[in-house]
Amino acid sequence: MNGYGAVLERITRVPGVRGAMLVSVRDGLMVSDQLVEGLKGAAVAALAASLAQRVSRALAAAGAGAPAFWHLHASDGGILAVTAPEDLLVVAITAPDVNAGLVRLELLRAAEAVA
Amino acid sequence: MADDIRTLSARLAQDPHSLAFLELGELLRRKGQIDAAHRVALAGLGRHPHNANAHDLYARILADKRDYERAFDEWDMALRIAPKHLGALKGLAFLYFKVGDIAQAEAHLAAAQRAVPDDPGIAQALAMVRGAGTPGLDDIAATVAPPAPHAGALEAPAPPERAEAGTDAGPAETADQRLEEAAVFAALDGGQEGLLLVGEAGLVVGGALRDPAGRDVGEAVAAYLGGVAQEAARTAKRLDLGEWTGLSVEGRVAHVHVCRPRSDALLAIVRDRAMPLGRLAVIAERAAHAARRWLERQA
Repeated sequence: MNGYGAVLERITRVPGVRGAMLVSVRDGLMVSDQLVEGLKGAAVAALAASLAQRVSRALAAAGAGAPAFWHLHASDGGILAVTAPEDLLVVAITAPDVNAGLVRLELLRAAEAVA
Repeated sequence: MADDIRTLSARLAQDPHSLAFLELGELLRRKGQIDAAHRVALAGLGRHPHNANAHDLYARILADKRDYERAFDEWDMALRIAPKHLGALKGLAFLYFKVGDIAQAEAHLAAAQRAVPDDPGIAQALAMVRGAGTPGLDDIAATVAPPAPHAGALEAPAPPERAEAGTDAGPAETADQRLEEAAVFAALDGGQEGLLLVGEAGLVVGGALRDPAGRDVGEAVAAYLGGVAQEAARTAKRLDLGEWTGLSVEGRVAHVHVCRPRSDALLAIVRDRAMPLGRLAVIAERAAHAARRWLERQA
């Protein structure tokens, strides 16, 4: 496990988190991951990066500033992400009944550690 | 008054966590310096998010700016923190009266009178509401004008039941919904900003949005949100997350929540960072219900 792996593992300890990963927003590639079996890291990275870029553009247009954290809510789960330095994104894939506040805190910690 | 403002500003500069912002914000508001009052109240609220008086002050400033939807949210929050908060009871009475819900205006004034039986202003407002039933809005606004806050006097650890404020929980809930619906309808009709309803083609259907510099950014944001929705749907589908239902975003300047009142529409709400993201999601979901009804009316 590399240094990032240990940081991501803390996120996956939160009940309901199915996986966590570090993504490069610029090219949509996975930098490091801790995913349960069945989740395709490359797809998660590409989709999360693409969504992050679109969210950034929408927020910039609204004058709301750069996104620091976002949470996509879905009927069967969700994706939470925190921006990190060097154009990175710390992402968590969750079940629907997860404690989003706790996941957010762990993502923020991970983003700090990555910095 | 100018001396007071200088003194309070200096006290606040010395101790940014001081509750002096309550008095300073109110003084600025009364002096007509609404934007300055707004900044002071917002900064104070950021430091004291559980202070009922801070929410009350902010609500009064928003009401001065005719942003009644947000004023309602702030007074509602003040009452959740301190169920007998006089300023919040009077403020909500004013808003209920404004949308023609005399029964709720009276109920809130009666609750205010129970909290402070000797207040002649409340008695006068109650008499007006119970009397002809058609007093001018300015009259009742002047009569129930919320008082200056008393620093820390009503800061309380949040008992949750609003029934303690003297209102019947059932009808109050219905009236709350009516008021919220009226506020959302007004916003979607272009009366207020911060709420944007977007059609599936990424075009504005209702509401308005301005950036912090005051520029109208509704159309640009609507276009980008169309792309966000497509990407959100694709992401949820590819990762087996089911149907996407909403997107909460914490921006460096403001918080945004996007939800789907219908499969062919998006509703975006933008608020100051002082509003917690979770609360914004709750408000957005309630607004989505009202937006659905608004869309039905447009059909």
